[in-house]
Amino acid sequence: MKATRLFPLLRLSLPALLIAALLLLAAFPEQVCPYDPYAQNLALSLQGPGGEHLLGTDRYGRDLLSRIIMGSQASIYAALLLVSITSLGGTLIGLWAGLSGGWMDTLLMRFADTCLAFPGLVLALAVAAVTGGGMVNAVLALAAISWPKYARLARSQALSLKGREFVLAARLSGTGPLMLALRHILPNAAGPIIITAMLDIGTMMMELAGLSFLGLGAKPPVAEWGSMMSVGRSMLQTSPWTVLAPGAAIFLTVALFNLFGDGVRDYFDVKSRKR
Amino acid sequence: MKRYILLRFMQLIPILFGITFVSFLLMYAAGSDAVIQKYSLTGQSVSQAVIEAERRELGLDRPMLLQYAAWLQGVLQGDMGRSFVTGADVFGTFLDKLPATLLLTLLSVLLTLAVSLPLGVLAALRQGSRGDFFIRLLSFFGSSMPNFFVALLLMYFLAIRAGLLPVISGGSTLSAAVLPTLTLAIAMSSRYTRQIRALVLEELSQGYVAGARARGVPFRQVLARSIMRAALPTLLTLLALSVGSLLGGTAIVESIFMWDGVGKMAVDAINARDYPVIEAYVLWMGIIYVAVNLVTDIACKFLDPRLGAPGTEGSR
Repeated sequence: MKATRLFPLLRLSLPALLIAALLLLAAFPEQVCPYDPYAQNLALSLQGPGGEHLLGTDRYGRDLLSRIIMGSQASIYAALLLVSITSLGGTLIGLWAGLSGGWMDTLLMRFADTCLAFPGLVLALAVAAVTGGGMVNAVLALAAISWPKYARLARSQALSLKGREFVLAARLSGTGPLMLALRHILPNAAGPIIITAMLDIGTMMMELAGLSFLGLGAKPPVAEWGSMMSVGRSMLQTSPWTVLAPGAAIFLTVALFNLFGDGVRDYFDVKSRKR
Repeated sequence: MKRYILLRFMQLIPILFGITFVSFLLMYAAGSDAVIQKYSLTGQSVSQAVIEAERRELGLDRPMLLQYAAWLQGVLQGDMGRSFVTGADVFGTFLDKLPATLLLTLLSVLLTLAVSLPLGVLAALRQGSRGDFFIRLLSFFGSSMPNFFVALLLMYFLAIRAGLLPVISGGSTLSAAVLPTLTLAIAMSSRYTRQIRALVLEELSQGYVAGARARGVPFRQVLARSIMRAALPTLLTLLALSVGSLLGGTAIVESIFMWDGVGKMAVDAINARDYPVIEAYVLWMGIIYVAVNLVTDIACKFLDPRLGAPGTEGSR
Protein backbone atom coordinates (compact mmCIF):
# COMPACT_ATOMS: atom_id res chain seq x y z
CA MET A 1 0.00 0.00 0.00
CA LYS A 2 1.31 3.41 -0.94
CA ALA A 3 1.92 6.01 1.73
CA THR A 4 -0.53 8.40 0.07
CA ARG A 5 -3.29 5.93 0.74
CA LEU A 6 -2.27 5.32 4.33
CA PHE A 7 -3.33 8.69 5.72
CA PRO A 8 -6.89 8.52 4.37
CA LEU A 9 -7.12 4.97 5.71
CA LEU A 10 -6.07 6.16 9.14
CA ARG A 11 -8.60 8.99 8.97
CA LEU A 12 -11.24 6.42 8.14
CA SER A 13 -10.39 3.73 10.65
CA LEU A 14 -10.04 5.89 13.75
CA PRO A 15 -13.61 7.26 13.61
CA ALA A 16 -14.77 3.81 12.50
CA LEU A 17 -13.35 2.25 15.66
CA LEU A 18 -14.94 4.93 17.86
CA ILE A 19 -18.26 4.45 16.09
CA ALA A 20 -18.07 0.70 16.61
CA ALA A 21 -17.56 1.33 20.33
CA LEU A 22 -20.49 3.76 20.35
CA LEU A 23 -22.77 1.28 18.56
CA LEU A 24 -21.86 -1.39 21.11
CA LEU A 25 -22.63 1.03 23.93
CA ALA A 26 -25.95 1.95 22.34
CA ALA A 27 -26.84 -1.72 21.89
CA PHE A 28 -26.39 -2.61 25.56
CA PRO A 29 -26.86 0.66 27.45
CA GLU A 30 -28.25 -1.01 30.57
CA GLN A 31 -24.90 -2.72 31.16
CA VAL A 32 -23.05 0.60 31.33
CA CYS A 33 -25.47 2.96 33.10
CA PRO A 34 -24.24 3.78 36.60
CA TYR A 35 -27.86 4.27 37.79
CA ASP A 36 -31.33 3.28 36.61
CA PRO A 37 -32.16 5.94 33.97
CA TYR A 38 -35.86 5.87 34.86
CA ALA A 39 -35.64 5.72 38.66
CA GLN A 40 -37.04 8.92 40.15
CA ASN A 41 -35.75 10.31 43.42
CA LEU A 42 -37.21 13.71 44.14
CA ALA A 43 -34.82 14.27 47.03
CA LEU A 44 -32.00 14.43 44.48
CA SER A 45 -33.85 16.71 42.06
CA LEU A 46 -31.72 19.04 39.89
CA GLN A 47 -28.33 18.34 41.45
CA GLY A 48 -25.42 20.03 39.71
CA PRO A 49 -22.75 18.06 37.87
CA GLY A 50 -19.89 16.48 39.80
CA GLY A 51 -19.93 14.32 42.88
CA GLU A 52 -21.97 11.18 42.92
CA HIS A 53 -23.93 12.04 39.76
CA LEU A 54 -21.24 12.93 37.25
CA LEU A 55 -23.45 15.03 34.94
CA GLY A 56 -26.01 15.99 37.57
CA THR A 57 -29.67 15.01 37.82
CA ASP A 58 -32.87 16.19 36.15
CA ARG A 59 -36.07 17.53 37.68
CA TYR A 60 -37.15 14.11 38.90
CA GLY A 61 -33.75 13.29 40.36
CA ARG A 62 -32.85 10.87 37.56
CA ASP A 63 -29.15 10.48 36.82
CA LEU A 64 -28.38 12.46 33.63
CA LEU A 65 -25.36 10.40 32.61
CA SER A 66 -27.43 7.23 32.73
CA ARG A 67 -30.21 8.85 30.75
CA ILE A 68 -27.75 10.05 28.10
CA ILE A 69 -26.25 6.57 27.79
CA MET A 70 -29.75 5.10 27.58
CA GLY A 71 -30.75 7.78 25.05
CA SER A 72 -27.93 6.81 22.71
CA GLN A 73 -30.02 3.79 21.72
CA ALA A 74 -32.99 5.77 20.37
CA SER A 75 -30.88 8.57 18.90
CA ILE A 76 -28.27 6.50 17.07
CA TYR A 77 -30.26 3.48 15.91
CA ALA A 78 -33.18 5.62 14.72
CA ALA A 79 -30.81 7.66 12.55
CA LEU A 80 -29.22 4.51 11.12
CA LEU A 81 -32.63 3.01 10.41
CA LEU A 82 -33.77 6.22 8.74
CA VAL A 83 -30.73 6.44 6.48
CA SER A 84 -31.06 2.74 5.56
CA ILE A 85 -34.72 3.14 4.61
CA THR A 86 -34.25 6.32 2.57
CA SER A 87 -31.11 5.23 0.77
CA LEU A 88 -32.45 1.76 -0.11
CA GLY A 89 -35.96 2.89 -1.04
CA GLY A 90 -34.79 5.98 -2.89
CA THR A 91 -32.17 4.02 -4.83
CA LEU A 92 -34.66 1.38 -5.95
CA ILE A 93 -37.19 3.98 -7.09
CA GLY A 94 -34.48 5.97 -8.86
CA LEU A 95 -33.18 2.89 -10.68
CA TRP A 96 -36.71 1.98 -11.67
CA ALA A 97 -37.35 5.49 -13.05
CA GLY A 98 -34.03 5.71 -14.87
CA LEU A 99 -34.19 2.26 -16.42
CA SER A 100 -37.81 2.29 -17.51
CA GLY A 101 -37.79 5.85 -18.89
CA GLY A 102 -40.85 7.31 -20.62
CA TRP A 103 -44.03 8.03 -18.71
CA MET A 104 -43.00 5.88 -15.76
CA ASP A 105 -39.88 8.03 -15.32
CA THR A 106 -41.93 11.23 -15.47
CA LEU A 107 -44.51 9.89 -13.03
CA LEU A 108 -41.96 8.72 -10.47
CA MET A 109 -39.89 11.90 -10.62
CA ARG A 110 -42.98 14.14 -10.31
CA PHE A 111 -43.89 12.08 -7.26
CA ALA A 112 -40.39 12.69 -5.92
CA ASP A 113 -40.79 16.45 -6.53
CA THR A 114 -44.07 16.48 -4.65
CA CYS A 115 -42.50 14.71 -1.69
CA LEU A 116 -39.57 17.14 -1.70
CA ALA A 117 -41.93 20.10 -1.71
CA PHE A 118 -44.02 18.70 1.15
CA PRO A 119 -43.41 20.40 4.49
CA GLY A 120 -41.88 17.81 6.83
CA LEU A 121 -43.45 19.35 9.89
CA VAL A 122 -47.03 18.79 8.72
CA LEU A 123 -46.20 15.24 7.78
CA ALA A 124 -44.45 14.51 11.07
CA LEU A 125 -47.44 15.67 13.05
CA ALA A 126 -49.96 13.76 10.99
CA VAL A 127 -47.95 10.55 11.20
CA ALA A 128 -47.47 11.07 14.93
CA ALA A 129 -51.21 11.50 15.40
CA VAL A 130 -52.06 8.36 13.44
CA THR A 131 -49.51 6.06 15.03
CA GLY A 132 -49.65 7.57 18.48
CA GLY A 133 -46.23 9.16 18.83
CA GLY A 134 -42.77 7.81 19.37
CA MET A 135 -39.50 7.64 17.55
CA VAL A 136 -40.95 5.46 14.76
CA ASN A 137 -43.15 8.31 13.48
CA ALA A 138 -40.28 10.72 13.32
CA VAL A 139 -38.38 8.12 11.27
CA LEU A 140 -41.34 7.49 8.94
CA ALA A 141 -42.08 11.19 8.46
CA LEU A 142 -38.48 12.07 7.65
CA ALA A 143 -38.13 9.01 5.39
CA ALA A 144 -41.13 10.13 3.34
CA ILE A 145 -39.53 13.47 2.50
CA SER A 146 -35.84 12.57 2.25
CA TRP A 147 -35.82 9.60 -0.17
CA PRO A 148 -36.03 11.77 -3.36
CA LYS A 149 -32.39 12.83 -2.92
CA TYR A 150 -31.32 9.20 -3.38
CA ALA A 151 -33.83 8.60 -6.15
CA ARG A 152 -32.37 11.47 -8.16
CA LEU A 153 -28.83 10.26 -7.62
CA ALA A 154 -29.66 6.66 -8.55
CA ARG A 155 -31.64 7.79 -11.58
CA SER A 156 -28.78 9.85 -12.97
CA GLN A 157 -26.40 6.92 -12.38
CA ALA A 158 -28.79 4.55 -14.13
CA LEU A 159 -29.13 6.91 -17.08
CA SER A 160 -25.39 7.16 -17.58
CA LEU A 161 -24.80 3.41 -17.13
CA LYS A 162 -27.74 2.33 -19.29
CA GLY A 163 -25.91 2.79 -22.58
CA ARG A 164 -22.56 1.29 -21.55
CA GLU A 165 -21.25 -1.79 -23.35
CA PHE A 166 -21.40 -4.20 -20.42
CA VAL A 167 -25.07 -3.38 -19.90
CA LEU A 168 -25.84 -3.85 -23.60
CA ALA A 169 -23.92 -7.14 -23.55
CA ALA A 170 -25.93 -8.36 -20.58
CA ARG A 171 -29.17 -7.40 -22.27
CA LEU A 172 -28.19 -9.08 -25.53
CA SER A 173 -27.45 -12.28 -23.67
CA GLY A 174 -30.99 -12.28 -22.37
CA THR A 175 -30.75 -10.80 -18.85
CA GLY A 176 -34.18 -9.74 -17.60
CA PRO A 177 -34.82 -6.16 -16.46
CA LEU A 178 -34.80 -7.01 -12.73
CA MET A 179 -31.52 -8.93 -12.92
CA LEU A 180 -30.07 -6.19 -15.08
CA ALA A 181 -30.92 -3.56 -12.49
CA LEU A 182 -29.76 -5.49 -9.45
CA ARG A 183 -26.76 -7.42 -10.79
CA HIS A 184 -25.28 -5.05 -13.34
CA ILE A 185 -26.44 -1.47 -12.74
CA LEU A 186 -26.72 -1.34 -8.94
CA PRO A 187 -23.17 -2.51 -8.10
CA ASN A 188 -21.75 0.12 -10.44
CA ALA A 189 -24.01 2.88 -9.16
CA ALA A 190 -23.57 2.08 -5.47
CA GLY A 191 -20.38 4.05 -4.74
CA PRO A 192 -21.70 7.63 -4.77
CA ILE A 193 -24.93 6.50 -3.12
CA ILE A 194 -23.10 4.89 -0.21
CA ILE A 195 -20.90 7.94 0.25
CA THR A 196 -23.97 10.20 0.28
CA ALA A 197 -25.64 7.94 2.83
CA MET A 198 -22.59 7.99 5.12
CA LEU A 199 -22.46 11.80 5.01
CA ASP A 200 -26.22 11.87 5.68
CA ILE A 201 -26.22 10.02 9.02
CA GLY A 202 -25.16 13.05 11.07
CA THR A 203 -27.70 15.35 9.42
CA MET A 204 -30.52 12.86 9.91
CA MET A 205 -29.56 12.45 13.56
CA MET A 206 -29.94 16.20 14.00
CA GLU A 207 -33.27 16.24 12.15
CA LEU A 208 -34.64 13.43 14.33
CA ALA A 209 -33.49 15.17 17.50
CA GLY A 210 -35.16 18.34 16.19
CA LEU A 211 -38.51 16.59 15.77
CA SER A 212 -38.23 15.16 19.28
CA PHE A 213 -37.34 18.64 20.50
CA LEU A 214 -40.62 19.92 19.02
CA GLY A 215 -42.48 17.06 20.69
CA LEU A 216 -43.07 15.19 17.41
CA GLY A 217 -40.68 12.31 18.04
CA ALA A 218 -39.71 10.48 21.20
CA LYS A 219 -41.85 11.56 24.13
CA PRO A 220 -40.92 11.83 27.81
CA PRO A 221 -40.19 9.83 29.91
CA VAL A 222 -38.36 7.94 27.13
CA ALA A 223 -34.68 8.82 27.27
CA GLU A 224 -33.80 10.51 23.96
CA TRP A 225 -31.42 13.43 23.55
CA GLY A 226 -33.69 15.84 21.66
CA SER A 227 -36.64 15.38 23.99
CA MET A 228 -34.36 15.63 27.07
CA MET A 229 -33.24 19.04 25.80
CA SER A 230 -36.81 20.07 25.21
CA VAL A 231 -37.71 19.21 28.80
CA GLY A 232 -34.61 20.92 30.18
CA ARG A 233 -35.17 24.06 28.14
CA SER A 234 -37.50 25.65 30.69
CA MET A 235 -34.79 25.23 33.32
CA LEU A 236 -31.97 26.67 31.20
CA GLN A 237 -31.51 29.60 33.57
CA THR A 238 -31.32 27.64 36.80
CA SER A 239 -30.06 24.17 35.77
CA PRO A 240 -28.25 24.58 32.45
CA TRP A 241 -26.68 21.09 32.65
CA THR A 242 -30.05 19.48 31.85
CA VAL A 243 -29.74 21.07 28.37
CA LEU A 244 -25.99 21.23 27.88
CA ALA A 245 -25.29 17.55 28.64
CA PRO A 246 -27.67 15.98 26.08
CA GLY A 247 -26.74 18.76 23.62
CA ALA A 248 -23.08 17.87 23.94
CA ALA A 249 -23.97 14.19 23.43
CA ILE A 250 -25.72 15.00 20.13
CA PHE A 251 -22.88 17.26 19.03
CA LEU A 252 -20.14 14.70 19.74
CA THR A 253 -22.02 11.83 18.10
CA VAL A 254 -22.91 13.84 15.00
CA ALA A 255 -19.33 15.11 14.75
CA LEU A 256 -18.05 11.53 14.93
CA PHE A 257 -20.38 10.32 12.18
CA ASN A 258 -19.50 13.37 10.04
CA LEU A 259 -15.81 12.64 10.52
CA PHE A 260 -16.45 9.06 9.43
CA GLY A 261 -18.47 10.22 6.42
CA ASP A 262 -15.68 12.58 5.36
CA GLY A 263 -13.21 9.75 5.82
CA VAL A 264 -15.23 7.39 3.62
CA ARG A 265 -15.55 10.02 0.91
CA ASP A 266 -11.86 10.92 0.95
CA TYR A 267 -10.78 7.31 0.91
CA PHE A 268 -12.87 6.31 -2.10
CA ASP A 269 -13.06 9.60 -3.96
CA VAL A 270 -9.64 10.30 -5.46
CA LYS A 271 -10.66 13.73 -6.67
CA SER A 272 -11.51 15.14 -3.28
CA ARG A 273 -8.48 13.53 -1.66
CA LYS A 274 -6.10 15.86 -3.45
CA ARG A 275 -7.47 18.77 -1.46
CA MET B 1 -37.60 32.56 -22.17
CA LYS B 2 -41.15 33.66 -21.41
CA ARG B 3 -42.44 30.34 -22.64
CA TYR B 4 -40.01 28.52 -20.39
CA ILE B 5 -41.09 30.42 -17.30
CA LEU B 6 -44.73 29.84 -18.18
CA LEU B 7 -44.07 26.14 -18.68
CA ARG B 8 -42.42 25.89 -15.29
CA PHE B 9 -45.37 27.58 -13.68
CA MET B 10 -47.65 25.04 -15.30
CA GLN B 11 -45.58 22.32 -13.64
CA LEU B 12 -46.24 24.01 -10.33
CA ILE B 13 -49.95 23.30 -10.51
CA PRO B 14 -49.97 19.50 -10.06
CA ILE B 15 -47.46 19.83 -7.21
CA LEU B 16 -49.66 22.35 -5.41
CA PHE B 17 -52.75 20.17 -5.92
CA GLY B 18 -50.80 17.17 -4.69
CA ILE B 19 -49.40 18.63 -1.51
CA THR B 20 -52.54 20.47 -0.43
CA PHE B 21 -54.67 17.38 -1.01
CA VAL B 22 -52.27 15.06 0.79
CA SER B 23 -51.99 17.41 3.75
CA PHE B 24 -55.79 17.59 3.97
CA LEU B 25 -55.96 13.82 3.84
CA LEU B 26 -53.28 13.43 6.50
CA MET B 27 -54.90 15.88 8.87
CA TYR B 28 -58.19 14.10 8.38
CA ALA B 29 -56.60 10.71 8.97
CA ALA B 30 -54.98 12.07 12.12
CA GLY B 31 -58.44 11.80 13.64
CA SER B 32 -58.63 15.01 15.60
CA ASP B 33 -59.92 18.37 14.46
CA ALA B 34 -59.88 21.98 15.61
CA VAL B 35 -62.96 21.66 17.82
CA ILE B 36 -61.89 18.48 19.60
CA GLN B 37 -58.37 19.88 19.96
CA LYS B 38 -59.68 23.13 21.46
CA TYR B 39 -61.66 21.41 24.18
CA SER B 40 -59.04 18.80 24.94
CA LEU B 41 -56.35 21.49 25.29
CA THR B 42 -58.38 23.72 27.58
CA GLY B 43 -59.70 20.74 29.50
CA GLN B 44 -63.28 21.96 29.29
CA SER B 45 -65.92 19.30 29.25
CA VAL B 46 -68.87 20.20 27.04
CA SER B 47 -71.81 18.22 25.82
CA GLN B 48 -71.56 16.32 22.55
CA ALA B 49 -74.28 18.58 21.15
CA VAL B 50 -72.11 21.69 21.57
CA ILE B 51 -69.18 19.97 19.85
CA GLU B 52 -71.42 18.81 17.00
CA ALA B 53 -72.82 22.31 16.57
CA GLU B 54 -69.37 23.88 16.43
CA ARG B 55 -68.15 21.29 13.98
CA ARG B 56 -71.16 21.95 11.76
CA GLU B 57 -70.43 25.66 11.89
CA LEU B 58 -66.86 25.09 10.64
CA GLY B 59 -68.05 22.55 8.09
CA LEU B 60 -66.09 19.76 9.77
CA ASP B 61 -69.08 17.38 9.75
CA ARG B 62 -68.96 17.06 5.97
CA PRO B 63 -67.05 14.31 4.14
CA MET B 64 -63.39 15.05 3.67
CA LEU B 65 -63.55 15.36 -0.12
CA LEU B 66 -66.31 17.97 0.15
CA GLN B 67 -64.26 19.91 2.69
CA TYR B 68 -61.29 19.92 0.35
CA ALA B 69 -63.47 20.95 -2.60
CA ALA B 70 -64.94 23.83 -0.61
CA TRP B 71 -61.49 24.99 0.46
CA LEU B 72 -60.19 24.71 -3.11
CA GLN B 73 -63.12 26.68 -4.47
CA GLY B 74 -62.39 29.46 -2.01
CA VAL B 75 -58.68 29.56 -2.85
CA LEU B 76 -59.37 29.74 -6.57
CA GLN B 77 -61.54 32.76 -5.85
CA GLY B 78 -58.75 34.33 -3.82
CA ASP B 79 -60.24 33.48 -0.44
CA MET B 80 -58.12 31.33 1.86
CA GLY B 81 -60.81 31.14 4.50
CA ARG B 82 -60.83 32.02 8.17
CA SER B 83 -58.74 30.51 10.95
CA PHE B 84 -60.68 27.89 12.94
CA VAL B 85 -59.06 29.17 16.10
CA THR B 86 -58.96 32.96 15.92
CA GLY B 87 -61.55 33.51 13.22
CA ALA B 88 -59.17 35.92 11.50
CA ASP B 89 -58.71 36.01 7.74
CA VAL B 90 -55.99 33.46 6.91
CA PHE B 91 -54.34 35.42 4.14
CA GLY B 92 -54.18 38.51 6.36
CA THR B 93 -52.64 36.49 9.21
CA PHE B 94 -50.06 35.09 6.84
CA LEU B 95 -49.18 38.56 5.54
CA ASP B 96 -48.80 39.71 9.15
CA LYS B 97 -46.25 36.99 9.92
CA LEU B 98 -44.28 37.24 6.69
CA PRO B 99 -42.22 40.41 7.40
CA ALA B 100 -40.64 38.86 10.52
CA THR B 101 -39.54 35.81 8.53
CA LEU B 102 -38.31 38.01 5.67
CA LEU B 103 -36.24 40.11 8.06
CA LEU B 104 -34.69 37.02 9.65
CA THR B 105 -33.93 35.54 6.23
CA LEU B 106 -32.27 38.72 4.99
CA LEU B 107 -30.16 39.25 8.10
CA SER B 108 -28.95 35.67 8.38
CA VAL B 109 -28.05 35.42 4.69
CA LEU B 110 -26.12 38.71 4.81
CA LEU B 111 -24.24 37.65 7.92
CA THR B 112 -23.50 34.24 6.43
CA LEU B 113 -22.00 35.76 3.29
CA ALA B 114 -20.04 38.34 5.27
CA VAL B 115 -18.46 35.53 7.32
CA SER B 116 -18.09 32.67 4.87
CA LEU B 117 -16.86 34.47 1.74
CA PRO B 118 -13.64 35.87 3.27
CA LEU B 119 -13.04 32.77 5.41
CA GLY B 120 -13.61 30.34 2.54
CA VAL B 121 -11.38 32.23 0.12
CA LEU B 122 -8.69 32.70 2.75
CA ALA B 123 -8.71 28.99 3.64
CA ALA B 124 -8.38 28.05 -0.03
CA LEU B 125 -5.52 30.48 -0.71
CA ARG B 126 -3.62 29.34 2.38
CA GLN B 127 -4.42 25.66 1.87
CA GLY B 128 -2.65 23.48 4.43
CA SER B 129 -1.69 26.37 6.68
CA ARG B 130 -2.59 26.68 10.34
CA GLY B 131 -5.25 29.24 9.46
CA ASP B 132 -6.81 26.83 6.96
CA PHE B 133 -6.87 24.10 9.58
CA PHE B 134 -8.48 26.39 12.14
CA ILE B 135 -11.15 27.62 9.71
CA ARG B 136 -11.96 24.04 8.67
CA LEU B 137 -12.15 22.96 12.30
CA LEU B 138 -14.62 25.76 13.09
CA SER B 139 -16.78 24.93 10.11
CA PHE B 140 -16.71 21.25 11.03
CA PHE B 141 -17.91 22.02 14.57
CA GLY B 142 -20.55 24.41 13.29
CA SER B 143 -22.04 21.86 10.94
CA SER B 144 -22.17 19.14 13.60
CA MET B 145 -24.40 21.10 15.97
CA PRO B 146 -28.19 21.01 15.66
CA ASN B 147 -29.58 24.54 15.46
CA PHE B 148 -31.69 24.21 18.59
CA PHE B 149 -28.52 23.41 20.55
CA VAL B 150 -26.77 26.45 19.06
CA ALA B 151 -29.84 28.52 19.91
CA LEU B 152 -29.89 27.37 23.53
CA LEU B 153 -26.10 27.78 23.89
CA LEU B 154 -26.27 31.36 22.60
CA MET B 155 -29.26 32.05 24.82
CA TYR B 156 -27.45 30.69 27.85
CA PHE B 157 -24.09 32.37 27.33
CA LEU B 158 -25.06 35.69 25.70
CA ALA B 159 -28.46 36.39 27.24
CA ILE B 160 -28.51 34.62 30.60
CA ARG B 161 -24.85 34.59 31.68
CA ALA B 162 -23.56 37.78 30.08
CA GLY B 163 -26.89 39.61 30.05
CA LEU B 164 -26.04 41.27 26.74
CA LEU B 165 -29.36 40.65 25.04
CA PRO B 166 -32.99 40.04 25.89
CA VAL B 167 -33.76 36.32 26.27
CA ILE B 168 -37.15 36.51 24.62
CA SER B 169 -38.09 39.14 22.11
CA GLY B 170 -40.84 41.62 22.72
CA GLY B 171 -41.41 41.92 18.97
CA SER B 172 -39.56 41.87 15.68
CA THR B 173 -36.96 44.42 16.72
CA LEU B 174 -33.31 44.42 15.69
CA SER B 175 -31.99 43.59 19.16
CA ALA B 176 -34.42 40.67 19.33
CA ALA B 177 -33.19 39.52 15.92
CA VAL B 178 -29.56 39.15 17.03
CA LEU B 179 -29.82 35.70 18.61
CA PRO B 180 -31.98 33.98 15.96
CA THR B 181 -29.82 35.53 13.22
CA LEU B 182 -26.63 34.31 14.89
CA THR B 183 -28.11 30.84 15.34
CA LEU B 184 -29.05 30.49 11.69
CA ALA B 185 -25.84 32.09 10.44
CA ILE B 186 -23.58 29.77 12.44
CA ALA B 187 -24.89 26.63 10.78
CA MET B 188 -25.07 28.22 7.32
CA SER B 189 -21.62 29.86 7.50
CA SER B 190 -20.07 26.53 8.40
CA ARG B 191 -21.54 24.90 5.33
CA TYR B 192 -20.78 27.83 3.04
CA THR B 193 -17.18 28.25 4.17
CA ARG B 194 -16.55 24.62 3.30
CA GLN B 195 -18.21 24.92 -0.10
CA ILE B 196 -16.52 28.19 -1.02
CA ARG B 197 -13.13 26.78 -0.06
CA ALA B 198 -13.71 23.74 -2.27
CA LEU B 199 -14.96 25.89 -5.16
CA VAL B 200 -11.98 28.26 -5.05
CA LEU B 201 -9.53 25.34 -4.80
CA GLU B 202 -11.16 23.73 -7.82
CA GLU B 203 -10.76 26.92 -9.86
CA LEU B 204 -7.20 27.56 -8.65
CA SER B 205 -6.11 24.30 -10.23
CA GLN B 206 -7.51 25.29 -13.64
CA GLY B 207 -5.20 26.18 -16.50
CA TYR B 208 -6.61 29.65 -17.01
CA VAL B 209 -5.38 30.78 -13.60
CA ALA B 210 -1.79 29.80 -14.41
CA GLY B 211 -2.23 31.33 -17.88
CA ALA B 212 -3.46 34.65 -16.54
CA ARG B 213 -0.67 34.82 -13.99
CA ALA B 214 1.93 33.97 -16.64
CA ARG B 215 0.68 36.87 -18.68
CA GLY B 216 1.29 39.08 -15.68
CA VAL B 217 -2.31 39.67 -14.61
CA PRO B 218 -2.24 40.57 -10.91
CA PHE B 219 -3.54 37.70 -8.80
CA ARG B 220 -6.02 39.94 -7.04
CA GLN B 221 -7.64 40.61 -10.40
CA VAL B 222 -7.74 36.92 -11.37
CA LEU B 223 -9.41 36.17 -8.06
CA ALA B 224 -12.04 38.87 -8.37
CA ARG B 225 -12.81 38.62 -12.07
CA SER B 226 -12.32 34.98 -12.97
CA ILE B 227 -12.32 32.73 -9.96
CA MET B 228 -15.24 34.31 -8.14
CA ARG B 229 -17.20 34.54 -11.35
CA ALA B 230 -16.68 30.88 -12.09
CA ALA B 231 -17.78 29.98 -8.57
CA LEU B 232 -20.88 32.15 -8.72
CA PRO B 233 -23.42 29.71 -10.26
CA THR B 234 -22.75 27.03 -7.63
CA LEU B 235 -22.85 29.61 -4.88
CA LEU B 236 -26.13 31.01 -6.16
CA THR B 237 -27.69 27.55 -6.25
CA LEU B 238 -26.72 26.99 -2.63
CA LEU B 239 -27.97 30.41 -1.67
CA ALA B 240 -31.33 29.90 -3.37
CA LEU B 241 -31.81 26.63 -1.47
CA SER B 242 -30.99 28.30 1.84
CA VAL B 243 -33.24 31.28 1.16
CA GLY B 244 -36.00 28.85 0.24
CA SER B 245 -35.78 26.93 3.49
CA LEU B 246 -35.47 30.17 5.50
CA LEU B 247 -38.54 31.70 3.84
CA GLY B 248 -40.53 28.69 4.96
CA GLY B 249 -39.74 29.85 8.46
CA THR B 250 -37.44 27.85 10.66
CA ALA B 251 -39.96 26.27 12.97
CA ILE B 252 -37.50 25.39 15.72
CA VAL B 253 -35.49 28.61 15.84
CA GLU B 254 -38.57 30.81 15.55
CA SER B 255 -40.30 28.90 18.34
CA ILE B 256 -37.29 28.99 20.68
CA PHE B 257 -36.87 32.74 20.36
CA MET B 258 -40.61 33.45 20.16
CA TRP B 259 -39.96 35.11 16.81
CA ASP B 260 -43.42 35.74 15.37
CA GLY B 261 -42.86 34.44 11.84
CA VAL B 262 -44.26 31.91 9.40
CA GLY B 263 -42.51 28.92 11.01
CA LYS B 264 -43.97 29.61 14.44
CA MET B 265 -47.36 30.17 12.82
CA ALA B 266 -47.11 26.70 11.26
CA VAL B 267 -46.19 24.99 14.53
CA ASP B 268 -49.05 26.72 16.36
CA ALA B 269 -51.53 25.89 13.59
CA ILE B 270 -50.45 22.24 13.49
CA ASN B 271 -50.86 21.90 17.25
CA ALA B 272 -54.37 23.38 17.09
CA ARG B 273 -55.38 21.46 13.90
CA ASP B 274 -56.19 24.80 12.30
CA TYR B 275 -56.71 23.41 8.77
CA PRO B 276 -57.02 26.68 6.82
CA VAL B 277 -53.78 28.04 8.31
CA ILE B 278 -51.97 24.72 7.78
CA GLU B 279 -53.10 24.64 4.16
CA ALA B 280 -51.90 28.22 3.64
CA TYR B 281 -48.50 27.19 4.99
CA VAL B 282 -48.39 24.10 2.76
CA LEU B 283 -49.24 26.21 -0.30
CA TRP B 284 -46.55 28.73 0.61
CA MET B 285 -43.94 25.96 0.94
CA GLY B 286 -44.90 24.53 -2.45
CA ILE B 287 -44.65 27.91 -4.15
CA ILE B 288 -41.24 28.55 -2.57
CA TYR B 289 -39.99 25.14 -3.71
CA VAL B 290 -40.84 25.69 -7.35
CA ALA B 291 -39.79 29.36 -7.33
CA VAL B 292 -36.38 28.49 -5.91
CA ASN B 293 -35.79 25.88 -8.59
CA LEU B 294 -36.88 28.27 -11.30
CA VAL B 295 -34.78 31.20 -10.10
CA THR B 296 -31.64 29.07 -9.80
CA ASP B 297 -32.10 27.61 -13.28
CA ILE B 298 -32.52 31.02 -14.87
CA ALA B 299 -29.74 32.66 -12.87
CA CYS B 300 -27.26 29.88 -13.68
CA LYS B 301 -28.03 30.05 -17.38
CA PHE B 302 -27.70 33.80 -17.32
CA LEU B 303 -24.27 33.54 -15.68
CA ASP B 304 -23.01 30.61 -17.69
CA PRO B 305 -24.19 30.69 -21.33
CA ARG B 306 -22.60 27.25 -21.90
CA LEU B 307 -25.58 25.68 -20.15
CA GLY B 308 -27.74 26.60 -23.14
CA ALA B 309 -30.87 28.63 -23.45
CA PRO B 310 -33.59 27.70 -20.98
CA GLY B 311 -36.10 25.27 -22.36
CA THR B 312 -33.73 23.76 -24.89
CA GLU B 313 -32.16 20.32 -24.68
CA GLY B 314 -29.69 19.97 -21.83
CA SER B 315 -31.44 22.48 -19.65
CA ARG B 316 -32.15 19.90 -17.00
